[in-house]
Amino acid sequence: METKNILVVGVGGQGTLLTSRILGNLAIHSGYDVKLSEVHGMSQRGGSVVTHIRYGDKVYSPLVEIGKADIILAFEKLEALRWRHYLKKDGLIIVNTQEIDPMPVIIGAAEYPEDIIEQLKKEDNKVIVADALKEARKIGNFRVVNTVLLGLLAKNLDEDKDKWETAISQTVPNKTIDVNVKAFEAGYNL
Amino acid sequence: MADKKLMLGNEAVARGAYEAGVTVAVAYPGTPSTEITEFVAKYDEVYAQWSPNEKVALEVGIGSSISGARTMVAMKHVGVNVAADPLFTVSYTGINGGLVILAADDPGMHSSQNEQDSRFYAKSAHIPMLEPSDSSEAKEFVKEAFDISEKYDTPVMIRLTTRISHSQSLVQLNDRTDVALKEYVKDFKKNVMMPGMARARHIVVEKRMNQIEEDCNTFSCNTVEMNDTSIGVITSGVPYQYVKEALPNASVLKLGMVHPIPKKVIEDFANKVDTLYIVEELEPIFEEQIKSWGIEVIGKEIFTVQGEYSANLVEEKINEHKLNLAVPKQLPVRPPVMCPGCPHRGVYYVLNKLKKHATGDIGCYTLGALPPLEGIDTCVCMGASVGMLHGMEKARGKEFIKDWVGIIGDSTFVHSGITGLVDIVYNKGISTVIILDNSTTGMTGHQDNPATGKTLKGEDTHVLNLVELSHSIGINSVRVVNPFNPEEVETAVKEETMKEEPSVIIASAPCELLDKKRKRVPYRINVDACKNCKMCMKLGCPAIQNKDGKMIINDTLCSGCGLCSNICKFGAIVKDGE
Repeated sequence: METKNILVVGVGGQGTLLTSRILGNLAIHSGYDVKLSEVHGMSQRGGSVVTHIRYGDKVYSPLVEIGKADIILAFEKLEALRWRHYLKKDGLIIVNTQEIDPMPVIIGAAEYPEDIIEQLKKEDNKVIVADALKEARKIGNFRVVNTVLLGLLAKNLDEDKDKWETAISQTVPNKTIDVNVKAFEAGYNL
Repeated sequence: MADKKLMLGNEAVARGAYEAGVTVAVAYPGTPSTEITEFVAKYDEVYAQWSPNEKVALEVGIGSSISGARTMVAMKHVGVNVAADPLFTVSYTGINGGLVILAADDPGMHSSQNEQDSRFYAKSAHIPMLEPSDSSEAKEFVKEAFDISEKYDTPVMIRLTTRISHSQSLVQLNDRTDVALKEYVKDFKKNVMMPGMARARHIVVEKRMNQIEEDCNTFSCNTVEMNDTSIGVITSGVPYQYVKEALPNASVLKLGMVHPIPKKVIEDFANKVDTLYIVEELEPIFEEQIKSWGIEVIGKEIFTVQGEYSANLVEEKINEHKLNLAVPKQLPVRPPVMCPGCPHRGVYYVLNKLKKHATGDIGCYTLGALPPLEGIDTCVCMGASVGMLHGMEKARGKEFIKDWVGIIGDSTFVHSGITGLVDIVYNKGISTVIILDNSTTGMTGHQDNPATGKTLKGEDTHVLNLVELSHSIGINSVRVVNPFNPEEVETAVKEETMKEEPSVIIASAPCELLDKKRKRVPYRINVDACKNCKMCMKLGCPAIQNKDGKMIINDTLCSGCGLCSNICKFGAIVKDGE
């Protein structure tokens, strides 16, 4: 199989790394070579975070090249725009409508762009927009936004749904398996 | 595939140590090296510990090795500076049980204050160094390093970079080989490095390195892949992966050993290719060495000495392929910030309000340098806040320093702030040092330290008492404050900075992320009481946001610390449900 390139982008603390680990485990189950890499500044919350996931017959670089991502899964709207140039022509971008103001916006030194979805749609790519925070709140835990989005991603990839649920169960802490599987279903059915 | 596991480079290093029969592992946490020792600690067969700093960690490691155990010591690149003193001399004494030192570089400075290249240390300390290019090699190279260490009676360094330490790839697990402790034999000519013995050992070191230089021409970690010979590339570490990605048809010499490098293999490779490139992140170390042998290569003429490389970069520089890369528009940057609920925020708020200057240090609290808190003026290295503060007083006098404090975290204070504080007392300084004691090593992800009462293995231990310690080194004025109570902090800062004697303020509250089970009740803004004065915005709390001119608190971010409520003059910030 030709190498699949996926970017998971968001804000530190949103669970991008956990999500990419689930993807990594899924790739192992499917018998692929796989590499993951998280790029972020320092280990605090609040910074811009991007995780690169690459799987296929043989993977060299742990980083996706600019203009070569098949899919970008964005946990936050502004981050979708920040990383969009990694997407290949006709690639898919899945964007959560959640907004988290960066510090320069909070202190009034910058403005949060208003027309992000329109800008994303202007390019040669497919865009799926979702309010995953609303779905997570419906399940009763706003922290599972990431798994809702993973469900949405799964619907757009070719792997069996059973494999996904196994990968989730093997990756998340035991006591959160149920709520995560529920969130995954919610995303899958969006 | 069941026996293959997706592992972080650091986790693979730990696995390598386990499989190599290591029985002692020592470190001070530092990104990107931290997880190495955290993962090693999970193996019951290995004794693992945090030391107060890298110098002590290496000294513990040297002792362990000389007494006969296979030993691993891990640190980040700037940690090697701290450990440099014993490092240069353990090269002379050599080892008994194998000794492997991990140095994790950070090209691109994802979480560091400089971009130094640890290969220089290997060269100048005359220590062989290996560099893996993915997790699988990370594990194998650790095992290889122990064999080299014992075969040649030398410590061996392994260089990692952030992209190896913190990326995950597949690793084949093997069984552990238990290695018996070597017999300890007293040998003062080998282990007592006073001038007479050291001169003799320097000769041994030179012979050893000459031997390794010769032998490394046949080491299996250096590999040649001959393809199209119009382009040849010499590379190592993660740049090897970028080269393979960008130039799948090129011929590649991958150096698994990065010091010394195999002259015969390189000459042979150079003769077979038309144009030879060197692709190495950071400094032109291979390049200068290879050019000195009279071999023509292209390196830093086209490649940068700054930051991380990528397949894009290799493609662009070597293929001169005009990549039509869309440049993203200028978007608001998203720098990391102190978490909602961070206890450091209250101290910076007060310093800002009082217009105090501060020498700062390495830790989460370094983020207090950014607007709106702008709470520190300097940041150089661990422990520097204390020493620099004293230097400022001696340069500018007692009145000047009354507008200043030094800021340091608990772990950093133990790492290298204590000696600075001793210096202030000894040399009759009057400075005020604020220890931000959040009961953990926050920035690297919550490692225990001598002030937390827990060891790396999770056992209870003696708690270093920062108040008593300060008293015992001669600080009479020591007070503990609650950083969530700005009035209390303000009074303490005002009074202590006015005193003409050295003083210590300990701002004590645990890191917000330590207690995961605590129920967090968020605050909200009572819009009827809010006068829109924007005082709360001065805290730089990411949970407080200005939506269309109105303050709101984001309930998915608020930790319920109440600091904003404590500074709101109108009582407009209330707990949800009140």
